[in-house]
Amino acid sequence: MSLTNERIQQRLTEKFGDVLTGFEEPFGMLTFTAQKDYNLKVMQFLFDDEELRFRFLTDITAVHYPERKGEELCVVYHLHNFVDNVRLRLKVYTPVAAPKVFTATSLYESANWMERETYDFFGVDFVGHPNLIRVLNVDEMTYFPMRKEFPLEDPMRTDKDDEMFGRGGHF
Amino acid sequence: MLDQKQHIKLPEGSIEKNTTTLNLGPTHPATHGVFQNILEIDGERVVSAVSTVGYIHRAFEKIAERRPYYQITPLTDRLNYCSAPINNMGWIMTVEKLLGLEIPKRVDYLRVIIMELARIADHLICSAVMGVDTGALTGFVYLMTYRELIYEIYEEICGSRLTTNIGRIGGFERNFTPAAFEKIERFLKEYPVALKEFETLLTRNRIFMERTQGVGAISAERAMSYGFTGPNLRAAGVDYDVRIASPYSSYQDFDFSIPVGTTGDCYDRYQVRNAEMWESISIIRQAMDKLKGLPDDVYHADVPAYYLPDKKDVYTKMEALIYHFKIVMGETDILPGEVYHSVEGANGELGFYLISDGGRSPYRLHFRRPCFIYYQAYPELIKGSMLSDAIVCMSSLNLIAGELDA
Repeated sequence: MSLTNERIQQRLTEKFGDVLTGFEEPFGMLTFTAQKDYNLKVMQFLFDDEELRFRFLTDITAVHYPERKGEELCVVYHLHNFVDNVRLRLKVYTPVAAPKVFTATSLYESANWMERETYDFFGVDFVGHPNLIRVLNVDEMTYFPMRKEFPLEDPMRTDKDDEMFGRGGHF
Repeated sequence: MLDQKQHIKLPEGSIEKNTTTLNLGPTHPATHGVFQNILEIDGERVVSAVSTVGYIHRAFEKIAERRPYYQITPLTDRLNYCSAPINNMGWIMTVEKLLGLEIPKRVDYLRVIIMELARIADHLICSAVMGVDTGALTGFVYLMTYRELIYEIYEEICGSRLTTNIGRIGGFERNFTPAAFEKIERFLKEYPVALKEFETLLTRNRIFMERTQGVGAISAERAMSYGFTGPNLRAAGVDYDVRIASPYSSYQDFDFSIPVGTTGDCYDRYQVRNAEMWESISIIRQAMDKLKGLPDDVYHADVPAYYLPDKKDVYTKMEALIYHFKIVMGETDILPGEVYHSVEGANGELGFYLISDGGRSPYRLHFRRPCFIYYQAYPELIKGSMLSDAIVCMSSLNLIAGELDA
């Protein structure tokens, strides 16, 4: 493997400076956060750069952190460089009140349904997406079910108390 | 009557009605699963297609946020149910990676045997179904016998056949019995003969070749852009295999090659799958040989805090009872962290993106389901082809509705 995580980080910091923060390597995968208006620019750079060549989009998903005020939704991209066999993870935080991030469909065809799925479950509005409609749930649905405010069991139930068994507390 | 509330977007041209709108699926027998495609056809030629998915969506990712880790394994069964053990192993290895567990070599090799058997079971169905869709039922009926043998091996190891729930965090729930090894040996002896016959029946069959060559072709660049992985990507000529690119479960100890195609059409996909079955047979043979040099009573790692103990021990030994209680009640410490782990599923890279906050169940679990991602290429693959080619193309992609809809 010729392309190391340090080298990727160095190239990215040279190009983008303060836009990218929070570099870390959990389980060997380079992970960092981009400011929300820069996600497409960063991915475009990773795609075009002759040294980095991240030209395969493995996955797009989102995570909801209700306690992080102002950046509740985190959109996570997994990218893969097939030539050097390196993966990386790019995160973009966006407020749940106006969850707008730029679409990656211009770079990867596969982003189309992955973004539709992320919209379907988290309500992330991918700006510029050609057909941002629900993909797995019914169109008539008015809410985004993977957000943390929808618990799987009714938390108001009083007949069932399993606080002692680690099931109480958070949903 | 279609009113304004109809939610299915009709393809272009369907209002002017120069062409015919054909609703293929969701329960059409030729689609092998719950797939709906609204095709716009001009005579017998497909002008455009719109795919609708989600008919068997079961919200596994949401359910997983309430389940303790060991209870998520049965959910993964129901993704690609033609090769459930690969999904089980993938999930278990994701948790083991998060926990940093050391797994004994013997367990790794046993897992390789199970995963490769599952790959054969999946590929043989896909290849045989391609035969069915081109009018040759014989091969399908014939190969089903050998899938039955594989299911008997599963049954011997874990007790179930289709949705296997095989393995535990740390290893297997019980050791492989001598009967299981006998059945594997029998399969290794009989299956190559049958596969050879099956290939003789189809591979150079004029009708089969005419029906599949040049149908549903995709270039390597487009395939990568569409996120193809697994045999479908390799048929287009990209030699990407997770088993080689990021080896798991000691795949680096095995000697095998990655078959690739050139044109990315249905025929190449068929060829790649068949070649992969031969590789899988070779891998299982190698694993059986490697097992001979290892102690035969090791079937799980020595990690009592995470490995669900044998039920017999739970009733007779104090420690086993304590650990059983702690695991079942969710009092074991799962470390906080985020991990992405992927395995080479039968139809592509099956990834698990797991975020743990230290609680008894995942904070977030996302499945990277290969066929959900590559199915979006289907309208492009069949555009301009005949309706009957669209059917063959669908079965050659090895789409599994359970995985598509999660």
